[in-house]
Amino acid sequence: MSDTTGSGPMLAADGTPLKESLGRALRRQKIRALALIAPLLLFVLLTFVIPIVSMLVRSVENQIVSDTLPGTIAALSEWDSTQGNAPSEDVFQNLFFDMFNAAEAKEHTKLGTRLNYENTGLASLFRTSGRSMDDIGEVFQDAIEDTDARFDDGAFWYEMMSGAGGDTLVADRRARWATLTGDSMSGDIGFTPSQEIAALLPMTATAYTDFAIWTAIEDDDVVAEEDPWEAVYVALAVDLRDPSRAAAIAGYNGAGADALQTLTATEMPDLTFADAFADLDEDWVSPDVWETVQVYSPSYTSGYFLNSVDRELTIDGVEARPQNEQLYIKLFGRTLWMSLIITSSCILLGYPVAWLLANLPVRTANVLMILVLLPFWTSLLVRTSAWKVLLQQQGVINELLVWLGFVDDANRLILMNNSTGTIIAMTHILLPFMILPLYSVMKTIPPTYLRAAKSLGATNWTAFWRVYFPQSVPGIGAGSILVFILAIGYYITPEIVGGTDGVFISNRIAYHISRSLNWGLAAALGTILLVLVLALYWVYDQIVGIDNVKLGG
Amino acid sequence: MKFNKPILATMALGLSAGAVGADGHMASDMTLVSWGGAYQQSQISAYADPYVANNPGVTVTWDESSAEAVAKLRAMNEAGSITWDVVDVVAADALRLCDEGLALEIDADEVLAAAPDGTSASDDFGDLLVGDCFIPQIVYSTTFGYRTDMVPDGVDAPSNICDVFDLETYPGMRALEKRPINNVEWALLCDGVAKEDVYDVLATEEGQEQALAKLDTIRDSVIWWSAGADTPQLLADGEIFMGSTYNGRLFAAIEEQGQPIGMMWDAQVFDLDGWIIPEGLSDERLARALDFVKFATDTQRLADQAKYISYGPARVSSAPLVGKHATLGIDMAPHMPTDPNNAANTFLYNYEFWADYRDDIDAKFQAWLAQ
Repeated sequence: MSDTTGSGPMLAADGTPLKESLGRALRRQKIRALALIAPLLLFVLLTFVIPIVSMLVRSVENQIVSDTLPGTIAALSEWDSTQGNAPSEDVFQNLFFDMFNAAEAKEHTKLGTRLNYENTGLASLFRTSGRSMDDIGEVFQDAIEDTDARFDDGAFWYEMMSGAGGDTLVADRRARWATLTGDSMSGDIGFTPSQEIAALLPMTATAYTDFAIWTAIEDDDVVAEEDPWEAVYVALAVDLRDPSRAAAIAGYNGAGADALQTLTATEMPDLTFADAFADLDEDWVSPDVWETVQVYSPSYTSGYFLNSVDRELTIDGVEARPQNEQLYIKLFGRTLWMSLIITSSCILLGYPVAWLLANLPVRTANVLMILVLLPFWTSLLVRTSAWKVLLQQQGVINELLVWLGFVDDANRLILMNNSTGTIIAMTHILLPFMILPLYSVMKTIPPTYLRAAKSLGATNWTAFWRVYFPQSVPGIGAGSILVFILAIGYYITPEIVGGTDGVFISNRIAYHISRSLNWGLAAALGTILLVLVLALYWVYDQIVGIDNVKLGG
Repeated sequence: MKFNKPILATMALGLSAGAVGADGHMASDMTLVSWGGAYQQSQISAYADPYVANNPGVTVTWDESSAEAVAKLRAMNEAGSITWDVVDVVAADALRLCDEGLALEIDADEVLAAAPDGTSASDDFGDLLVGDCFIPQIVYSTTFGYRTDMVPDGVDAPSNICDVFDLETYPGMRALEKRPINNVEWALLCDGVAKEDVYDVLATEEGQEQALAKLDTIRDSVIWWSAGADTPQLLADGEIFMGSTYNGRLFAAIEEQGQPIGMMWDAQVFDLDGWIIPEGLSDERLARALDFVKFATDTQRLADQAKYISYGPARVSSAPLVGKHATLGIDMAPHMPTDPNNAANTFLYNYEFWADYRDDIDAKFQAWLAQ
């Protein structure tokens, strides 16, 4: 063959193999194309994909419970809710230390707010209890300091607790604080617990390390100079409750050994944590509260989605919400139904206008086009407010009807603050989105087709219905998708003119985003709306076919 | 504008000399957040303008986002970039921001100015220091206004909260806020529950149903509003006979616009509005914010605000200093919600109760509305 040489592969002008050279050119082209679309790709990624993914994640995310109360949750797994009793002392002991740290970091109120969505009253339970953790601690602190006054001194504590070998404990507790606060908690704390004391008094070592990390990193203070916080005293008292410790302490001869030995010989307050919490608030011993904590303890929950469809997660599984709290399914149904009505009225009103636009002489058509576009360029809020002026009972339309004698003055039409208002205003606002795609499709239908049909004997109606209309269907399809999807997510117009039975699901989403701050529920509602739209799009594709949609020529 | 701020902040960090004021440790610009409208104007006149006059070189930027402040501060916090320095919020939102760790905790005596006679700030503000983060500014009330020309012949003008529920004597549309707070209290009060028992009753399932059942009796005659400006507008248009809104809005409609509207102060619900400082400001910005707040909430400044709008100053020591309206020249004291003639029967927004029950009762209220 004439285009191959006997000595090897075909070469390009610069001597490289042709295949390689072509490949390189192609790659360069691809990179250039990618660079051209990169701004758009980045934009879509940043403003569209990432927010949607984060919304999806938020609708199931629930780490806050296990992040704030890790020890409590672990201890609570032993608890059997069916017995109708409060959990064991172990749970309350863990609750104290978890709550103490959370209150220091001011995280307990966040958890209270979160759980209050599920069980009314937990917000104030956590808020007020958080403040009282110090009070529980002081009971033990006073007893210990009364026994040996040296425990009142931060430097004494520091000497007793520090040593070598406790690095893993510091790393563990640092990670614990980082999970709780969301900060990295890195930096030197100027303290290492001694291995020996950590084995001797494990709870105390943990509590003191917690204190040391917080003091050094968040408060920027020197650990050795600060008096430990109340939880450290509580931990010491709890450690000493274990009778087996006495022998070990007797044999201990590190720093502060004599003070610890005096302590073992003294009676500590026999306050149980369960009683202490019950004293703060009776609700702490109510199984109801603990059921909520247990049900919402996993890191991911279906609770928000269940709430979005008027169900709730309980200890016995999924149940329907009480009748007087069911709302969302009704709102979803109403949103879909009213969007359908709005879409159909847009078709009915928009089709003749688009036909006129496409068939009038250019000069007249342009004037008409401006009339269509003018409201399109006006602010949405202005148009909605204008509808308010027109539709209200003392408004322009009612005044006119009364003046003409069509309506009795005492029985003026109620056109606003109900679904009628929403349908009228939204049909007007979304009309251009129907007219414009219709117009651009109709513009491409040659008028000769209609003339041909008529000259072959068709009536006006047959010519329109059998010849013109089928050709305009792609325009209707495009317009309907635009209008319907826009309508489903509308929120300002229904809020202003919708009253009570003309509001959409998006109004509740907005409420949960900006008022109740229940972002998880808002995300779940938004996700369901998104899935509904995608499902409808799929149905549309099955019935009409998405190839059959044209936005223009 | 919003997108520019982080960039500006980064630039300011780069040229840190530009961000620090003449005294070396305070930021020279500050973003204040408020509600817009006449209220924000009164704050500009009474607080911001005098502050800038005292501190030349400080630039104040206003943002009208108080209605969404809680959500926006949470979003800013998640994004790690706080662009606001001092934020005006209602006390309930301040409590929520405090719970979420988004607002700075304030020690009133340390941060705020003492009264001229030496009374400490905490005594001067008294019970109005709700929560740990809130710096009170004004007392406002949610109360009713009615069209004086629509009162039926031979009947006295409405003067009792239960007249709202009396469709026979006072026919016509009413406007109520589209949320349960205040409405359910009024409903129970007019359904025979004693004032001191209202919240105990509301805490029960039956009590909540009772309140909604009472509201059900006037349901067909109610337009539900969600913006404070709606009721004065509806009254002015003659769309409604009576409606609830903030007392300052009604004052403006009556005295400034001369509308035929009367005030019905019975069972008005006091609420508080004030400042919070977001958590997480840089030291320079925090110093500036604290300096501004100390100035803007002293006795004279709080009294000055009442020249522009009919909201009561939150300090006891400011009350005697309340004078005349800046442009109308009328005495402001009788228009204050706290005036003894107006405050014969009042409620104070129950923050603790609503912090717990807001979501629960709102769910039931919305389900009831949607029926």
